[in-house]
Amino acid sequence: MKGNTITRAHLAEAVYQEVGLSRNESAELVDTVLDEVSNALVRGESVKISSFGSFLVRMKGERIGRNPKTGEEVPIKPRRVLVFRASHVLKDRVNKGAESKVPDNQGADRQS
Amino acid sequence: MTKSELILRIGELNPHLYHRDVERIVTAIFEEITAALARQDRVELRGFGAFSVKQRDARKGRNPRTGETVAVEEKVVPFFKTGKELRDRLNNRAEAAPRPAAAPAAAPLPGQPGKEPGSGQ
Repeated sequence: MKGNTITRAHLAEAVYQEVGLSRNESAELVDTVLDEVSNALVRGESVKISSFGSFLVRMKGERIGRNPKTGEEVPIKPRRVLVFRASHVLKDRVNKGAESKVPDNQGADRQS
Repeated sequence: MTKSELILRIGELNPHLYHRDVERIVTAIFEEITAALARQDRVELRGFGAFSVKQRDARKGRNPRTGETVAVEEKVVPFFKTGKELRDRLNNRAEAAPRPAAAPAAAPLPGQPGKEPGSGQ
């Protein structure tokens, strides 16, 4: 249902169920995987996970921002931001999940 | 870095694991995130970021080539928001390196696993 939040602990549990490792080691592996993805991104590499999506590092130029509270103009320095582009597989799964109440008649509702 | 390069790297850091198991572990992690998003759950990974889904209303779109108006149905799209720690690291703030990921195999890794022939899995 809507409103649940999945955390590192849930991912560790999934790893634990999948492979015969201890819970502790499963949790460490989740951390290692996320760290290695982060490290690659910090080096400026993009990270492409097939059938999930890509993490891309983009450079943003300097621009003038505004403090919404005071209206004061402040320069926003050039910076690197991370963007995530979901793969089609992920987009499709997310939409199928949302429509799962609809009876399953394949073929008729195939799109995107 | 691709998924197979990530798997190689995790294998290098965990030489006691079978390659096949490392593959299953990495796959399980992304599969769990995918399944959560398919249930419209949120995935919050402290220090890394948060995945969620956003509802997009139905709208009238336009075929950019023909100019023809088409109906776009409402849909759900995956969304990722970068976590604070990672955002700071991308901009060299917080130089307190979060965790030196070199525990067991601290020796000969030049950071970049070589490209594998046929790493497309």
